[in-house]
Amino acid sequence: MRAFTYERPRTDAEAAASAAREPRARFIAGGTNLLDLMKIEVETPSHLIDVNGLDLDRIEPAGDGGLRIGAMVRNADLAAHETVRRDYEVLARALLAGASAQIRNRATTAGNLLQRTRCPYFYDTNQPCNKRVPGSGCSAIGGVTRQLAVIGGSQACIATHPSDMAVAMRVLDAKVETVRPDATRRVIPIADFYRLPGDTPHIETHLDAGELITAVVLPKPLGGKHFYRKVRDRASYAFALVSVAAVVQDDGAGRVALGGVAPQPWRDASAEAQLPDGAARVTDALLAGAAPTPDNAFKLTLARRALGAVLTQART
Amino acid sequence: MENPTDINISRRNLLKAGAASATAFGTPAMSAAQNTAPPQSLKATVTLTVNGNTHELALDLRTSLLDALREHLHMTGTKKGCDHGQCGACTVLLDGKRINSCLTLAVMHDGQQITTIEGLGTPGALHPLQAAFVKHDGYQCGYCTPGQICSAVGMLDEAARGMPSHVTGSLNERPLLSPEEIRERMSGNICRCGAYANILDAIEDVAEGKA
Repeated sequence: MRAFTYERPRTDAEAAASAAREPRARFIAGGTNLLDLMKIEVETPSHLIDVNGLDLDRIEPAGDGGLRIGAMVRNADLAAHETVRRDYEVLARALLAGASAQIRNRATTAGNLLQRTRCPYFYDTNQPCNKRVPGSGCSAIGGVTRQLAVIGGSQACIATHPSDMAVAMRVLDAKVETVRPDATRRVIPIADFYRLPGDTPHIETHLDAGELITAVVLPKPLGGKHFYRKVRDRASYAFALVSVAAVVQDDGAGRVALGGVAPQPWRDASAEAQLPDGAARVTDALLAGAAPTPDNAFKLTLARRALGAVLTQART
Repeated sequence: MENPTDINISRRNLLKAGAASATAFGTPAMSAAQNTAPPQSLKATVTLTVNGNTHELALDLRTSLLDALREHLHMTGTKKGCDHGQCGACTVLLDGKRINSCLTLAVMHDGQQITTIEGLGTPGALHPLQAAFVKHDGYQCGYCTPGQICSAVGMLDEAARGMPSHVTGSLNERPLLSPEEIRERMSGNICRCGAYANILDAIEDVAEGKA
């Protein structure tokens, strides 16, 4: 691990200002992803800004009947929160499907949104990776791609976003609240939060330099039946090959987002409008334009079947 | 809240940090123009409370909580397996909650309560889970065992607080610790000898109050 300096700012605005002063700074919250990457020198921050002491760890009602989740709320606490279990089950289920109990006790809401890809070439510092070293090339294209994206990738990168929580946040239309280095605040809808890789896969979100997530806000509850179905290589503690987050209403309408298939949670309004017509119609529309490799083309079938299983369950 | 000025800075470390800034790390140099920035150092003095005892340690900032326990406090009960949060051998309790001590920095835990396997029981007075692991032969080589036991302590507390898991049927009902629940909740602890069946029996005993 490379050496770094360290500070504990007193306020969120101070944290953002500090990050803007040092271009190679990183915020550290749970650290479960960042420290892992620092050990293998994929991440080499010169300065760590510890945001654990900031007063950002509360879950409280939001003005419009929604729920404001502090950036530092731990994944385990969020999944166990009474309101989340009752009104946003898709989120609780997604959180519980991710990582291990030890990691969920540390990992935070904001950190989960910002976790880096699990593409094996991103982790292998001996191989080119445009996300790790911009312009160095993509070893995944033409390499081992079973876990990687089938849609949304580019000639520069076909990595997937690894989060389960983010897929549920996308289906719930969560909003990300932030503070910028000049102390101004803004709200970014989750639909506009992530960037597709294009030719700059190292830039993964629309956050400005130094901008700090302070909370994630859920709109008022949607009702309906909530599902998070995750298909993976082990029964527990593995990243998704394909996951389906869905909220299905009694009339068969609803919302659906896919995880494990793209560089960001994958959702499309015109595709989910076809939910009453069955899974195949939805996934055909949602994954139209997919460019799978021979190694990961199975994800297209898997997505259709996983959604089909969800819709069958929704009818019972 | 912890005060950032609690981080003790020696002049020597300050100079070292300055040299590093100028070369490899591109950190803002210490200067009058940077006087709003915190002092730059690569070391810190950290106060860790482990099993009720308070220790003051001067640590390289990079020191994981795991390495602070093993290499600086010489408490080697907590094991280093993968050092990447995948195996669970390093599991300790932080303010009563189980975490991977390899995936956190010691400096982040100034003033918090850490419980390791050494703090759960003694050879003459075993913790109920330690006794149950002995009774059920819940290990073979034993390397994962401290992590398994610390994890199980945290897991039983989570279940007692009604926290759900991935396999919990209804999220609005109190989960019961079935074997399926225990397996899922313990999935962050790997046993390469494959003693899982006996580990499960040991934990079930304590969960059911038999131990």
